[in-house]
Amino acid sequence: MSGPLLKLEGVEKSFGTKQVLRGVDLDVAPGQSLVVIGGSGSGKSVMLKNALGLMTPDKGKIFFDGEDVTKATGKAREKMRARIGMLFQSGALFDSLTVWENVAFRLINAEGTKRKDAKERAIATLKKVRLGSDVANLYPAEISGGMQKRVSLARSIISEPDLIFFDEPTTGLDPITADAINDLIVEMVRGLGAAAVSITHDMASARKIADEIAMLFEGKIIWRGPASAVYDSGNAYVDQFVNGRAEGPIQPAI
Amino acid sequence: MANPFQFVGRITLGLFAEIGRLAVFAGRVKGAAFTPRWYGGEILRQMVRIGFYSLPVVGLSAVFIGAALALNIYEGGSRYGAEQFVPNIVVLGISRELGAVITGLMLAGRVSAGIAAEIGAMRVTEQIDALETLSASRYRYLYAPRFLAAVFTLPLLVVAANIIGVMGGWLVSVYGLGFDSTVYLRNTIDFVTRDDILVGLIKAVLFGAIIAIMGCYQGDRSQAGATGVGRAATLSMVGAAVLVLAFNYVLSTLFVEIGL
Repeated sequence: MSGPLLKLEGVEKSFGTKQVLRGVDLDVAPGQSLVVIGGSGSGKSVMLKNALGLMTPDKGKIFFDGEDVTKATGKAREKMRARIGMLFQSGALFDSLTVWENVAFRLINAEGTKRKDAKERAIATLKKVRLGSDVANLYPAEISGGMQKRVSLARSIISEPDLIFFDEPTTGLDPITADAINDLIVEMVRGLGAAAVSITHDMASARKIADEIAMLFEGKIIWRGPASAVYDSGNAYVDQFVNGRAEGPIQPAI
Repeated sequence: MANPFQFVGRITLGLFAEIGRLAVFAGRVKGAAFTPRWYGGEILRQMVRIGFYSLPVVGLSAVFIGAALALNIYEGGSRYGAEQFVPNIVVLGISRELGAVITGLMLAGRVSAGIAAEIGAMRVTEQIDALETLSASRYRYLYAPRFLAAVFTLPLLVVAANIIGVMGGWLVSVYGLGFDSTVYLRNTIDFVTRDDILVGLIKAVLFGAIIAIMGCYQGDRSQAGATGVGRAATLSMVGAAVLVLAFNYVLSTLFVEIGL
């Protein structure tokens, strides 16, 4: 395949009078790991929800593997989602299901896999994220935040997707656990050969998991380049953000 | 100063918009409930939660309502020397009206608000977004099982409420008002008709649908935060209770008109 796996073209999204996305252009090649950085309220999560089809853009187009999926519904939407994994910021594990049922959710409910086979695959996937089979029968409320992130990561990779979205994967974790999650993300994405789009404002995480970094500011991508160039971007906005300075062209969100 | 016509117009338009949204939502839930695919495990789990776990509250409410009803009918009937009609009027009132209404109101509080709070919490913790990304429709996986469970278990609960309510009246009449137990039960069984029971059961099916849809609708629209989830639970409970009472009146009128 030669073209990008995911492409956003001039995507705009408003809520009432507040325009959050003002024409986002972005593409991700197969196997590429792109991290989108940006401050709180810059529209990162809204961009991701539009790309996933959880929201419909007001203007612009979204292409997945060359197909226009901007307003896809029903089978077309399911076909796209079957090739996508998603790790939510909060983990978003289902409280009423055990750990293994969470991990195997897609297998049982969308792919029709038998529960016994699905459980075996779930336990094997939990092992990949360094969780033993002893947690398989626990409920999400019975495990730590870091373990919940690992379970969520296992759920996002079990169907071996072509593209994985990571929404603030290290938020709320201590630095050591966050680093372990970053390592796992890199290992899983490379192991699957999948493309990844991560949104974060954690620069340590961005440097570790990105091939390329893009910065979203006031609803537009204002810079994109290799991860190694992010501290030498020549862009005043990027410089201020990556160095975490209160002074500069970006006004703190307080 | 705000123009009163504008104010009334805004309220009216808002009301119609809300009714429209609710109707579209109810149509989607009904569509998901009566077409494949069905999640059998979820439906069973919800039947236990909505039906079985509601039995104590429905039973307790019914026994006290039946008892109070018998006392009041005895008091009113004694003014005309018509005390002997207590068993007849108790069974008529409970099977045609009170059994279904008590069950509906109790479940508006216990079940509808519970559904709204649960789904609202799932909405704000991104679990509903996660469902969609895992190729599971929230209408099929979350809402249809609750709808089907409520529609199928409410009639069973109403049957239980009818029996327990009548027994509440029997307890007071036999042990407090001096009725003969055998005569009381014989009068009850001889007087109640199949149509009286059917009226309560038809109402129960509609109340089940109202309770589940209001809970799911308010939960689905829940705003972020504890306040948003709390508001969803309150709105669902109030909305379901008012609709149960309103549709009870509409159905009672209709049944009287058609002679059921």
